Amino acid sequence: MTPIKLYPPKPDKVYFFGTCLIDMFYPQAGLDGIRLLEREGIEVLFPDDQTCCGQPAYTSGYHDEARAVAEAQLDLFPEPWPIIVPSGSCGGMMRTHYPQLFAGSSRSSQAEEVAGRIFELTEFLVHVCHVRLEDKGQPQRVAMHTSCSARREMGLAETGPGLLSQLTNVTLVEQVRASECCGFGGTFAVRHPEVSAAMVEDKTQAIESAGAEHFVTSDCGCLMNIGGRFERKRQDGQEGQVGGEHIASYLWRRTS
Amino acid sequence: MNVQTFTPQAFHRQAHDALGNPQIRSNFRRAMDGLMAKRRDAFGDWDIETLRDLGANIRLRALAKLPDLLEQLEANCQANGIRVHWAEDGEQACRIIRELCEARGARHVIKGKSMVSEEMHLNDHLEAAGIEALESDLGEYLVQLNEQTPSHIIMPAIHLNTEEISDVMHDRTGTERTIDVDYLTAAARAQLRERFMAADVGISGVNFAVAETGTLCLVENEGNGRMTTTVPPVHIAVTGIEKVVEHLRDVPPLYALLTRSATGQHVTTYFNMISGPRKPGERDGPEEVHLVLVDNGRSSIYQDNELLDTLRCIRCGACMNHCPVYTRVGGHTYGTTYPGPIGSILMPHLMGLEATKDLPSASSLCGACGEVCPVKIPIPDLLVRLRKEAVGEGRGNVEGAGVKRDRKEVLAWKGWQWLATHPGAWRAGAGVAGKFRFLSPSRLGPWTDYRTAPKPAATSLHAMVKQHRRKLEREDEK
Amino acid sequence: MSARESILRRLRERADGTLPIPEADFSVVTGRGWSQEERLQRFEARISSVHGEVIHASTDEWVVALREMLQTKGVTRLGLGRDHPVASEARAALQATGIELVDAGRDIETWSREQFESLDAGLTSTRGGIAETGSLWLWPTPDEPRRLSLVPPLHIAVLDAEAIEDTFFDVVERHGWAGQMPTNALLISGPSKTADIEQTLAYGVHGPRELVVLIRH
Repeated sequence: MTPIKLYPPKPDKVYFFGTCLIDMFYPQAGLDGIRLLEREGIEVLFPDDQTCCGQPAYTSGYHDEARAVAEAQLDLFPEPWPIIVPSGSCGGMMRTHYPQLFAGSSRSSQAEEVAGRIFELTEFLVHVCHVRLEDKGQPQRVAMHTSCSARREMGLAETGPGLLSQLTNVTLVEQVRASECCGFGGTFAVRHPEVSAAMVEDKTQAIESAGAEHFVTSDCGCLMNIGGRFERKRQDGQEGQVGGEHIASYLWRRTS
Repeated sequence: MNVQTFTPQAFHRQAHDALGNPQIRSNFRRAMDGLMAKRRDAFGDWDIETLRDLGANIRLRALAKLPDLLEQLEANCQANGIRVHWAEDGEQACRIIRELCEARGARHVIKGKSMVSEEMHLNDHLEAAGIEALESDLGEYLVQLNEQTPSHIIMPAIHLNTEEISDVMHDRTGTERTIDVDYLTAAARAQLRERFMAADVGISGVNFAVAETGTLCLVENEGNGRMTTTVPPVHIAVTGIEKVVEHLRDVPPLYALLTRSATGQHVTTYFNMISGPRKPGERDGPEEVHLVLVDNGRSSIYQDNELLDTLRCIRCGACMNHCPVYTRVGGHTYGTTYPGPIGSILMPHLMGLEATKDLPSASSLCGACGEVCPVKIPIPDLLVRLRKEAVGEGRGNVEGAGVKRDRKEVLAWKGWQWLATHPGAWRAGAGVAGKFRFLSPSRLGPWTDYRTAPKPAATSLHAMVKQHRRKLEREDEK
Repeated sequence: MSARESILRRLRERADGTLPIPEADFSVVTGRGWSQEERLQRFEARISSVHGEVIHASTDEWVVALREMLQTKGVTRLGLGRDHPVASEARAALQATGIELVDAGRDIETWSREQFESLDAGLTSTRGGIAETGSLWLWPTPDEPRRLSLVPPLHIAVLDAEAIEDTFFDVVERHGWAGQMPTNALLISGPSKTADIEQTLAYGVHGPRELVVLIRH
């Protein structure tokens, strides 16, 4: 269990760590996250030298390589502002595993300090910004997939659904086995493709049979996996496939 | 049903077969859904986090004092009349047990459920010596009739449905073909009662061995454990050295955690605490009780502060019940005595990483196992640790360390490292990828067998943020 | 070096050094603070939920309830002890009922098969009950040996209402189990059962098919 976190008052400035997946594949989600924060009157600093949190190598066991990449990120956040990460898995990596990765090294206290300032985007919007969202969108039935890292590593099962529930025209549908992994797991999807495929197939079926017209997730790994499976099924001519996006984009789109 | 041998080396092929077998898929899915729901209900009115903390601390205390507690356990067992034997590995343990059987001229052994005996392939060893070893736990019995190994540590026959069990019992014991579970159970009862009476030796496992009192605790629902430890003239208990706890008072919380985590029961039908053979004047119970303490790799796990947590395990099986991988591929796919997440962090120590190298990676690290573990073993962290050992970047203290280090993969990660530590090159790379996104492959190995390939965005977030800044600045100027 | 010595030596010469000893807070398994009535209710609810049958009777007339129950269930051969007051009172009350009273306090070698094949029921006393889990605790004796509660298809356990305590932990602590463990100590919570065939519950797989708890008030 994640210990109960004491949240700071809303700051004037925050750092934004966009994550490599968003940088390369889903930049709109990053920009929408930044705009959601700016709308709360917060100045968002985007360190230009940011690349990747190091997680892919970390979970693959390549810790020397992960450490080198993580070390390069540590210096990007010199001021004591919160660091906002629009991903539970990258956030979990930086909050939980950075201290482990640098334990006993000269970077140890810096890693601890940075880890203490990591917030996942929906967590920050709910617990620090106390956002109030005004829904301007059409009625829609939406399924939320909370990533396993957000749910278990960061203890954030409620923040995403909490934000969606503020959208008055959105009906959050209930999926079977909502807390079950979608099967992404970083390199797991590549090392065990068939098992991963069975998992994502079940996840897409759960979302579809919940009657969702759209799905959102707080992690682009899950989005790439679930979205990719839906799209593939659509290409294969299967009907009734559901589109999805990062929760930051969905929230921004419906409230701006 | 055809006999099949499963090995951890063939994980991928076995997973492929299991995934394509609708019977396996539905048997496991249904069973695991049920077990998850039952566990949730069983902890409903408990302060589960406090109880898990207590369980973890009891186990950690026992491990911190392990050598002393083993000596204390031995001394107290001996004072109670239980003879204690030590085995470095499974083979030694098998030999000790075979010799104990031979000393009694035993031909027939009846067994209570014991995963350690599975781990050391005791039945095969005894049978090679002409001693019949018959499983008496119903699930184990069915699996043995079917010439298989257990597919779950608590529910050995969970991979079989009633029709399949009916067929096996019909073929091997001549019972009628029926899906009447009461009939099948009663038939097994009758068959096994004869075997209890005929058995020369009963062999059981141990759930908790209490150092303070020299007591062996067995948890069960069926009563076969009580039969095995009471009816034959000799009882041999076999257990891993990590099963010891310090005090008798440590047992109730662990028992509460075990039954709720395993099957969602508040309590099992029987909790059987054995503190010695039949004493003078007592009317039943075995004349001899032996305890075989098996190391088999455990003392090597014990050396390492992180790996040590593996030894906290109380074998409830909750990690497999909640594992999205286990749920889909079933227990046999792992090809190891202990399947699922606990197997993936334990078996590499027992068999070496060479044989088991695909197990630690067979997890999406979703964390469900760690979340439900009654003694809070950080299973995902241990999976990552073993991945690290497998690619040769750990401490090198696990057998087969480095076996998965692959030159091409190392190069790929080194290249990634270079790019991710050279932000200018990173940004340029993202720009190039975006410009030539039409060239990005539509097929990416196995990923695109089931999904579309992700396409690099035309503009990276880095570039988008720059545009966004300029726009904000222009607005400010206005 | 013997296996014992080399195992212990490896454990003692641990590469990462000595381990800290954590504190354990046992408050979560004790201090329920239930009244006797609550204990009784919980006990009954729990043991009933796992197919245990509960009969209430007064301390004076419990044998009447026993006799009726045995007759209803058609028990003709009942195994029981001699010395324990439960056994002696039962013997007295069952004299002229036609139920054969089989002496359980005999060396098992003289009647093992008989016990397996011809007893309809076994009657035992209990040391107490556990409200939280609906469990009975038994310490078998030469008078009421281990197999009496295991082998016959029906186990009748006599429990005094005031002997029900809150939790297993409370029982172990208050009765000083650690200082006086018997050869065999048992918790029994319902009849024998299995779910090994496709998770379908079936009773009486190895032990008793039925458990009747006769609670004396």
